[in-house]
Amino acid sequence: MTATTMELGAGTTGYRPTATRLAHPWFSLNVITAFLGAAAGYGIGHWIGNYIASNYAVVQSTGQNNVAVVLALFFGVLGFIVGIGGLNYPILKMFGYQPEERAPVEDWTKYFRFSTDHKVVGKQYLVGVIGMFFIGGLFAMAIRTELTNPTTHFFAPDIYLQIVSEHGTIMMMMATSLVVGPLGNFLIPLMIGSRRMAFPRLEAISFWIFLCGLMVILTALPLGGFDTGWTGYAPLQTEAAPGMDAYLVGFGTIGTGMILNGFNQIVTIVNYRAPGMRWSRLPIFVWSMLATSFLLTLATPVLFVAGWFGVLDRTAQTAFYVNTHGGSSYLWENLFWFFGHPEVYIMAIPGFGLVGEMLPVFTRKPLFAYRVGAAGMFGVALLSFFVWQHHLFVSGINPDMRPVFMLTTELISIPTGFIYLIGMGTLWRAKIRFTVPMMFCLAMYFNFLIGGITGVYNSDVPVDVTIHGSFFVMAHFHYTIMGGLLFAFFGAVYYYTPLLTGKMLNNTLAKIHFWWMFIAFNFTFFPLFIVGFLGMPRRVFEYAPRLQVLNDWASASAYMLGMSFLVFAVNFVWSVWVDPKPAPANPWQSLGLEWQLPAYKMPWYNFERLPIILSDPYHYGEREALPVAHLQGVLALAGAGAGGGLAPVGAVGPDPGPEISPPRGEAEREDPRPE
Amino acid sequence: MSHMEQPSERPGDGIDPRGPNVPHFARLFAIWLLATAIVEPVLYFLVWPHIPPGTMTDAARGAQFDALVLTMTAAPVVIAVLEYYLYAMIVWHQKKGEPPEDGPPIWGHVGIQAGWIAITSAIVMGAFVFGTYELINTSGAGGGEGPSPIWTPAATKNMLTVQVIGQQWLWTYRYPQFGGFETPDLILPNHTKIAFHVTSLDVIHDFWAYQLGVKADANPNVDNVAFATTNETGRFTVRCDELCGIWHGAMYNYGYIVSPTAFYKWATSTEKKLAPLTKTLPKFAWTYNPSANGAGGGYYPSTDPFYEVYKYEYGSSGREGNLPAVHIKSFGWKPSQAGAHHVRER
Repeated sequence: MTATTMELGAGTTGYRPTATRLAHPWFSLNVITAFLGAAAGYGIGHWIGNYIASNYAVVQSTGQNNVAVVLALFFGVLGFIVGIGGLNYPILKMFGYQPEERAPVEDWTKYFRFSTDHKVVGKQYLVGVIGMFFIGGLFAMAIRTELTNPTTHFFAPDIYLQIVSEHGTIMMMMATSLVVGPLGNFLIPLMIGSRRMAFPRLEAISFWIFLCGLMVILTALPLGGFDTGWTGYAPLQTEAAPGMDAYLVGFGTIGTGMILNGFNQIVTIVNYRAPGMRWSRLPIFVWSMLATSFLLTLATPVLFVAGWFGVLDRTAQTAFYVNTHGGSSYLWENLFWFFGHPEVYIMAIPGFGLVGEMLPVFTRKPLFAYRVGAAGMFGVALLSFFVWQHHLFVSGINPDMRPVFMLTTELISIPTGFIYLIGMGTLWRAKIRFTVPMMFCLAMYFNFLIGGITGVYNSDVPVDVTIHGSFFVMAHFHYTIMGGLLFAFFGAVYYYTPLLTGKMLNNTLAKIHFWWMFIAFNFTFFPLFIVGFLGMPRRVFEYAPRLQVLNDWASASAYMLGMSFLVFAVNFVWSVWVDPKPAPANPWQSLGLEWQLPAYKMPWYNFERLPIILSDPYHYGEREALPVAHLQGVLALAGAGAGGGLAPVGAVGPDPGPEISPPRGEAEREDPRPE
Repeated sequence: MSHMEQPSERPGDGIDPRGPNVPHFARLFAIWLLATAIVEPVLYFLVWPHIPPGTMTDAARGAQFDALVLTMTAAPVVIAVLEYYLYAMIVWHQKKGEPPEDGPPIWGHVGIQAGWIAITSAIVMGAFVFGTYELINTSGAGGGEGPSPIWTPAATKNMLTVQVIGQQWLWTYRYPQFGGFETPDLILPNHTKIAFHVTSLDVIHDFWAYQLGVKADANPNVDNVAFATTNETGRFTVRCDELCGIWHGAMYNYGYIVSPTAFYKWATSTEKKLAPLTKTLPKFAWTYNPSANGAGGGYYPSTDPFYEVYKYEYGSSGREGNLPAVHIKSFGWKPSQAGAHHVRER
């Protein structure tokens, strides 16, 4: 009997779902049945589509039409979700059964099943986003290969555009879930003292939908790809090959997952905080997840609708985006960027949150101006809905609104600046420990500074007239998303791997990875600012020969950048599976609630007893500070009749329980950095 | 950790280099002032002339100056932040061999927070005001202003109108003041106000005359106007800057700014030379319907998919009236039955 089932058997009161091992794990639903379901769904959808719309063949007598492709992909996704067991609960409820709540199976197969354990989902997401990142990265290598020469081509122009489009779309899809998916789902309940997410089934289904989105977008390739880039501008979208359907359905699919995930996290953060977890004690990472989740929930439906109009234009021959038939190509641009600009903050705010969470640990200081930091994230989130037309400064739309959008866009740099305020304030007279996560945090500040300042150039209409749509913009958003979010993410992966897996990653390899990635990243993208300013548009396969030197430099650096991730992959596989080194509990001596739990061996409902939160987790340097939480929790008090866990905040029960803050004696202190 | 090193005290320096009494702020400010004093003149005197897109038009010159102002505003900010981080990393880190300890619990500082917000707001508002001034001052800064531009050159009397037509994957230009001839050559007179009317026949393109500082999306059925006043003669690059299909990367050519007399000579002779061809073109208009000039895209099936059914039921003359409301064949009924039903109902 494994540890968890023993713990489950321990008869304490509270939330205890029955732990039933599945009788026939190999015959129960898993990822194999999901793929079978997807294949069946694909076939059914394709058949229906051909039956009702065979006259609309894209190419005469091929039997391939947009209706069939759309329906095939839609039913394929549906089949996958049914096959993984994602709809078991609603289907059973529909027929009047009361589905049984089950603990996840205990072996490794739980990672290939529909698991409602947020820790399992977090790890699934982690592997999913990293895999997706590597796939997108390979496309990036192909792009840089094509651009090594201004006139000699490695790829045909259409293949090149398919590569560009796949790279952009995959990376955008990946980056929206990069932190919210793995770390958001894994950490939010642990940080706010909850036993689960509010809607575990929605959480699980959001991951499998995310995976479906990736697969759908990859099906574009055998369908002839799509040549619109990730922005999918409309008249080109309407006339594009059937691969375009995969783009539209893919964004719809992944958008559904984003909405569900965001909704779930909002409800969890608002309603599932442990007693005493006031808003003023919420870890800054949870604040960032809350802001991001609002963006996911409020912005993504617009993308969904835009994609649906696109699907209708391509299948039902409507004319939402066709100017000559009463539609407007501006409609897509507006809808897409109304989603698209909050989207880029979906990809920035989690990075801010992670850095804000890690800085206090490695500076050994409280987070400076915590409230300003949280307010900054919400300020960014709010303003991000009012800036979308800065993508359309030269489109001819609403010239009178240009100063307004210039203003709102530049205003965003004020709350973004708060992130620098908290960072610089926290560093003031700090005791910086140069661990790998800390180095990633500092690198994030460096990269985002360049990304942010160049963003002001883009927001300024006269300058934007030159750099709009050029490599300058491309370098700008790679600096913010890759330099900001991805650096924060990898810092967090090194930081949280001990919590996620119970293993320490190799420190030497980690440092090699950091420096390699940091240098190669800046070598790759900084020259591209210049290339763009010198007149190279995005998404071209031919460019001026005078720009070849800079492009070749960027290509060579990009290969180095790609290889740096192999160091990470080797490190991760080696340290977690091949030669695992068990991590000490709380290796970074963090005060965060998530680190006070027995890492990796915590029960699947996280907390033996619901904790009572006593303070925010940033009381570094205060020897008299209360521990972050009272882990004996409300149950002890409930037994004494306090009831409902609504103990007065800050009140320590009759039994103060064990000291859970990391011991501060010198003898206990060891170098947290693994060898 | 066994041998605890005392902070070495040099004579005359009795303060802990990391202690609270060190004037960190004064040091940081002095370094910042020095670096800024060096960088700003370099930007102004050495970098400014080389900032793209050059000075061929007033729009380009305005964009260049605007970029300089932004750079000179951004440089002190960048210097301050980078300097601070470097300083913090050097001065405020946990020294090797010393016992690990926590930093001072500083939770915030109202003055610093308020000052930070005030300074960043002031910079942002300054950038906004200056950007708006440049936008209006240069008649839209060379950006596409749509069909009814609101920032136009003060006097439009001697303005040259050039229509830019984008199509996959080619730019052509029409000169309505010269009989509306259409040519793949973009020739402009010097010291002249130009109004570019940019439109497209198929998908969205983007007319980017790089050295002119002009950029305007070419939308189908939209007349997107951008202004620029030429200042120098010479060659400039025209690229498509919005992804428009597979040959987007090859959609570029060059234009020339020549003396007004040379331009007039070229325009009148070309008008005369192309006159027979111009007659076959669609009449000059601000936008064109692609199907009007036979350049219809492939958005819709070129044949009506209902036509076979229609012909079967109603004969090829199609005089019987309306099309059936539902595509009956798709639902597996025989067209004749369905047709009979349809007729009977009427």
